[in-house]
Amino acid sequence: MTQMNVKIDGKDCIGQAGQTILELAIDNGIDIPNLCHDPRLKPSGSCRLCLVEVEGARGPVTACTFEIADGMVVSTDTEEIRGLRKTVLELLFYEHKGACATCDDNGECKLQTYGYEYQVEDDVINCGSVCSEPVPNYTAGNEAIEYDVDKCIRCGRCIRICEEVQMDSALTFKERAGQAEVTTAFDIPLNESTCELCGQCISTCPTGALYERHAKGKGQCKDLKSTTTTCVYCGVGCQIDLNVSAKTGKIVRATSKTGVVPNNGNLCVKGRFGQDFVSDNRRLTMPLIKKDGEFKEASWEEALDLVASRLGAIKEVNGADSIAGLSSAKCTNEENYIFQKFMRACVGTNNVDHCARLCHASTVAGLARAFGSGAMTNSIEELKDAKCIFVIGSNTTEAHPVIALNIKHAVVNNGAELIVADPRCIDLVRFADMHIAQKPGTDVALINAMIKVIIDEDLLDKDFIAERTEDFELLKEAVKNVSLKEAAEITTIPADLIRQAAVTYARAKTSTIIYSMGITQHTTGTDNVLSLANLSMVTGHIGKESTGVNPLRGQNNVQGACDMGALPNVYPGYQQVESPNVQDKFEAAWNAKLSPNKGLTIVEIMHAIEEEKIKGLYIMGENPALSDPNLNRTRKALGEVEFLVVQDIFLTETAQYADVVLPAVSYAEKDGTFTNTERRVQRVRKAVEAPGEARLDWKIICDISTRMGFPMAYYRAAGIMDEIASVSPIYGGISYDRIEKVGLAWPCFDKEHPGTKFLHKGKFSRGKGKFHPVTFIPAKESTDKEFPFVLSTGRQLYQFHTGTMTRKSAVINQVSPTGYVEIQLDDAVNLGISNGDRVEVKTRRGCVETDAKVTENIEPGWIFMPFHFSEAPANMLTIDELDPVAKIPEFKVCAAAVRKIS
Amino acid sequence: MNLIGENSDLNILDDILSAFTEITSNDLIPILQRIQNGYGYLPKDVVMEVSERTGIAASQIYGVATFYEQFHLKPRGKHLIRCCRGTACHVKGGPEIIDVIKKCLGLEAGETTEDMEFTFETVACLGACALAPLMVIDGNYYGMMTKQKVAEVLDSFRKPAEEIA
Ligand code: SF4
Ligand code: SF4
Ligand code: SF4
Ligand code: FES
Ligand code: FES
Repeated sequence: MTQMNVKIDGKDCIGQAGQTILELAIDNGIDIPNLCHDPRLKPSGSCRLCLVEVEGARGPVTACTFEIADGMVVSTDTEEIRGLRKTVLELLFYEHKGACATCDDNGECKLQTYGYEYQVEDDVINCGSVCSEPVPNYTAGNEAIEYDVDKCIRCGRCIRICEEVQMDSALTFKERAGQAEVTTAFDIPLNESTCELCGQCISTCPTGALYERHAKGKGQCKDLKSTTTTCVYCGVGCQIDLNVSAKTGKIVRATSKTGVVPNNGNLCVKGRFGQDFVSDNRRLTMPLIKKDGEFKEASWEEALDLVASRLGAIKEVNGADSIAGLSSAKCTNEENYIFQKFMRACVGTNNVDHCARLCHASTVAGLARAFGSGAMTNSIEELKDAKCIFVIGSNTTEAHPVIALNIKHAVVNNGAELIVADPRCIDLVRFADMHIAQKPGTDVALINAMIKVIIDEDLLDKDFIAERTEDFELLKEAVKNVSLKEAAEITTIPADLIRQAAVTYARAKTSTIIYSMGITQHTTGTDNVLSLANLSMVTGHIGKESTGVNPLRGQNNVQGACDMGALPNVYPGYQQVESPNVQDKFEAAWNAKLSPNKGLTIVEIMHAIEEEKIKGLYIMGENPALSDPNLNRTRKALGEVEFLVVQDIFLTETAQYADVVLPAVSYAEKDGTFTNTERRVQRVRKAVEAPGEARLDWKIICDISTRMGFPMAYYRAAGIMDEIASVSPIYGGISYDRIEKVGLAWPCFDKEHPGTKFLHKGKFSRGKGKFHPVTFIPAKESTDKEFPFVLSTGRQLYQFHTGTMTRKSAVINQVSPTGYVEIQLDDAVNLGISNGDRVEVKTRRGCVETDAKVTENIEPGWIFMPFHFSEAPANMLTIDELDPVAKIPEFKVCAAAVRKIS
Repeated sequence: MNLIGENSDLNILDDILSAFTEITSNDLIPILQRIQNGYGYLPKDVVMEVSERTGIAASQIYGVATFYEQFHLKPRGKHLIRCCRGTACHVKGGPEIIDVIKKCLGLEAGETTEDMEFTFETVACLGACALAPLMVIDGNYYGMMTKQKVAEVLDSFRKPAEEIA
């Protein structure tokens, strides 16, 4: 890049070719007023407020569109410029009706700021519509967003961000000049348009014209206290500001700032509109103890004593291994660390697991074998510069919306080639060069066929294979007899398309694989992951910038919960429990006797309850009564276990089964860290007070541990992180002071280590990358006459997991009120089913009643259900067959029948 | 729901689009013109279909369609009546003329009669203030209107009774 020297208001600034004057000024802390600029958008130069003088130019230029040149001299604040700006502002104020005194945006609004700064004449300030109701428009009746045309200055930012960043193009201006206003196509209600309720339009609006409907009247921006924290929903780990009213102590709105990593001010509907749960009045506020089948409120003393004595007694009589604990991917690293330490050092068992078992256990197992480390190899940011993106089994726009923005950006603005392999016609297909709608459960057949093409057509990276990997011969042998024709039959994908995908992926300079639960949630999950690892290694597409294998982790802190060792086979930092050296190390660090045996995984724990091997179960912040496969069986186990403790923020489906329920605090009420999907350890900060007597998860555990004879005490979450750093090398250099502003990605070995942007550079974590030959094995359950459909389950944009939190949001309930089953149009016609009909979905394990959603986005013979809804629990139907290595259940494939209920 | 613009005959659209290869947003205006010629206006379902088939956002098409006066988003009658809201006409009793037209036809400005005979619009100034108050039907100017004359002029455009039978 060429450097350029520019003088702005006498200050020497160094910029890069292609930068605009405004960008350079902002970098150098020089303030040029602007209203239509947003760093996320292409400059439009429409508001004309950023006028500056450039020596030698004829007349003033708009700083937001004018590119710098070497030697340029710029004045931003001359008398003349100020006069021009004032005129522009006055024109805007003519259009803008509304008074700051009654506006929620007061304190944030840029028009207001500049109006004051330039002392706009009072008589142009048009308060025409003070207190009058806003005119109805495309947001009428929408729970999320309210558009007030009277406050709109027609800068077009909302329209542009919807088109350029979110790429939904829901908005437009209608009419011209004085009558122009923002609307949707044909003024249809927002929720019927292509809108995804990301609220990016609100975030960019410079005035109060767009605002969160539910935030209105709850406190003006100037009176809100903002706390930056990490979003609690998905693994993207967006940096989010919770703006709290001092008066009510409640969260009024969630916002985000441009420039933050990894989301640059963008959020999705859950982060922006899904915060109602925090102050929901159904929150647990007191410990509950079940007496004669009914919950009675109890004091903390009583509840903690009871838990400690019952667990103690079970250990005494049946041994430590008769107790199991489920930790939580929703909780912080510190809490997960304390939980597993409690299970291991106090109880004395490795029976600790969490929901990673249900999402990415196959990733952890598979990538660790192939590369030595089971995490995303690259950072989110790098996706933008990948030349080929192969998305397989990830509905990114719905499950990781903000990561999807980077994928769309790569395709639309940087010309990346996008290959989408997904049985459903997911939203990303709009941007894809190729869509491979493989039959569910046939991924290995597809990928092996791609590898075969790459070998046959000599697209291998031979140097990479020779230098960096081992056992390539085994792979070659395994795919020797793979035929494209056969693969086409198994996957239902034309051989040509498979070939084209393989060639495109292999040839691109930087290729990256994105995958998620479409790959992992199979009885062949580990095989699927291994075959993706093979694909990346034969082409050398790994260990480089923008090039790698990237599993997108589901929960906000599922990466962290794994890192912390909330898994039955590893201590914090993936140190094996069966290694005597490691055991010695932790026995010394924790001053306790530890078990040398691997513990049980989630589904195994449930099955062990049936066999009366597990007597006591401690569940922190998980909801297996809705999230686990084959619910009838899971729920029976929860009902049968001798003693069940549930620690949560709501009385979940699981908590109903508990003997003792302990009220915990939500993420907005505590300090800590979450590790996002790109391995970045980020701060969680307390923004509001906890309700009632709810307590910090780690404090509760410490109190129980102490009562059980293994004293644990910490003063602050930061202190727990210091202990984590001391026992877990990959977190060795992490401390709160280092991640105050921007999080660090592990491995980060010591205080000087800068963190790791992408893994396996020059050398794999395990030394050499290892090829594992895998062969196609069909899914456990196949369709037959009685159960003719393949049922897949998954997520949708608006809900998260078991809906415990998202379903407390009015915005989300409006767009996503209840469950459904997606069924292909022709299938629906054959079964006499119309859109919206009540249907019964049945498998060998159970039967669920729900609404039919007739669609053409799915292939005939396949049906899909989201698993969030307790009134239509998809997991009543799913199969609890497990991957033999990772023990992940096959959520993505089982055989089902559908019929209309008359 | 909105009944206007539902269930249009998409064959007309097929013909229109088949004249274009590789449609981009540059083709939008000619396409909209042809749709308007073919359907008489821009029906919602047809526009949505264009968006679906071309990938051009429906919102963008709507923006263009509302930007130009030339395009109509509601069905148009056989005859277009325009009346002036300008100052000169206002002073000379324009508002009363407008009222009578509305009453005669049973509609509001911007609407079309159920039999699809008349569409009624008001405009800022028709540029012939000397003839105020003014009404224009299908390009014919009727100046110095009175309340009485309105019905007369309108009747002259209606189909005679025997033709209807
Ligand atoms: S919420 Fe998002 S998708 Fe909806 S209109 Fe605003 S920017 Fe577009
Ligand atoms: S609503 Fe806000 S962002 Fe959109 S045009 Fe109006 S002022 Fe600009
Ligand atoms: S993308 Fe994920 S982390 Fe970001 S706001 Fe949405 S749920 Fe939260
Ligand atoms: S910010 Fe430059 S013209 Fe609006
Ligand atoms: S005011 Fe009516 S024609 Fe000008």
